[in-house]
Amino acid sequence: MRRELSLPYHDEDLIQIRPGDEVILSGVLYVGRDQVHKRLYEAVVKGESLPFSFQGNAIYYMGPSPAPDGFVLGAAGPTTSMRMDPFSPLLADHGLKVLVGKGPRKKEVVEAVGRNGGLYLQAYGGCGALYSSRILSAETVAYPELGPEALLKLTIRDFPVFCMIDTRGEEYIR
Amino acid sequence: MDAESRICEALVAAIRRLPDKVERLIHQAAENETHPSGRLVLNAVEENIRVSGRTGLPLCQDTGMFWCLASVGRDSGVSIARIEDAVMKGAGRAAVDGYYRRSVVSDPVYSRKNTGTNLPPVMVYENIDGDDVILRFLLKGFGSENCSGVRMLNPTAGADGVVNAVRSIVSEAGGKPCPPIFIGVGVGGTMDRAAVLSKKAFFQNDDEELSARIRDEVNTLGIGPGGLGGDITCLDVSVLEEPTHIAGLPVAVTINCWADRMAEIVFRKGEI
Repeated sequence: MRRELSLPYHDEDLIQIRPGDEVILSGVLYVGRDQVHKRLYEAVVKGESLPFSFQGNAIYYMGPSPAPDGFVLGAAGPTTSMRMDPFSPLLADHGLKVLVGKGPRKKEVVEAVGRNGGLYLQAYGGCGALYSSRILSAETVAYPELGPEALLKLTIRDFPVFCMIDTRGEEYIR
Repeated sequence: MDAESRICEALVAAIRRLPDKVERLIHQAAENETHPSGRLVLNAVEENIRVSGRTGLPLCQDTGMFWCLASVGRDSGVSIARIEDAVMKGAGRAAVDGYYRRSVVSDPVYSRKNTGTNLPPVMVYENIDGDDVILRFLLKGFGSENCSGVRMLNPTAGADGVVNAVRSIVSEAGGKPCPPIFIGVGVGGTMDRAAVLSKKAFFQNDDEELSARIRDEVNTLGIGPGGLGGDITCLDVSVLEEPTHIAGLPVAVTINCWADRMAEIVFRKGEI
């Protein structure tokens, strides 16, 4: 089934999306990968303030290539999700529960997504030019010193992904 | 055009334009895949190739680490030092001119500090007959490279053993290396030599029969495009074989994602 999801989301928008659905995202999408996850995790553990609100917002695991003149970003496809697995359950429990990346997740992440009524969405691996063409704007929100790994806020339109884990914690089975 | 410029030009193009054979195999897969989720992925891949062609953006943000095999003609009179210098300068310029992501860190264990240049490349040298110098590059993304591996088989394991070793490595990789994948297999030598052969195999195939067997076996796994399921997990396999020890059968497997990016530059009569 093909579904649309507008971001930031309302919890009731997520429930209709099931494993195996093609989901078309539009709106605001935050970007963070390895180092951002480590820092967000540490901020939550220490009770420090967060660089963006987890409520209603989704995060995309990505590190772009440099933007040529006239482009918002370079290629901007997903990176391997599994490397975020140590951090994702705690962050999901604090509201960051709609996750966009590629590849399988550990059991702890499946359970955390289900327990919090979130989603894990897979973007199509290697499709960096395609995703870049669906990004309308990008700004650095935090950690600029991380270079291509900085925390970004994107505006996206017609961003195609695939539901791997739904709000019930049910997984896509091929 | 000087050697550095030729290397630079080839590497700027390589992250944007796939070899014709690779594009043809992807297109055939998109037509033949029967699994609906797998087809969805292949359609996105084909759309991505079109967008890259139209915009000039790299196919993938992981523009890879430079891996270079320099085949040096014995009669070329060219030194390894000259080749290294040309590759460092040509690849360094390509990283800037081609908008490569800087994906290389200087210290693998501790500081993980980015070199900021996408250098150094991984260099391998060999001698060949004649007076040509041939440079063959892979642009090695690490979503796929992290799934590559080596198995040291029993010397009596034979072709079945090789097929099973590749099957096991690909099965463990699942959807992680961005399937449909390309597989290079190096058999023989020592552990490290087999690994080099598994990369050289992307440019040459010694054993079409074993390659076809491996491809068909891997495609029974059902991993499919993007790991979402389907008939087409692997687009092509290539095998290189070399002498080894009586007590062993090293098998190395390099996995490349569907964006099987490479470049080959030939310098005739040692003119590099």
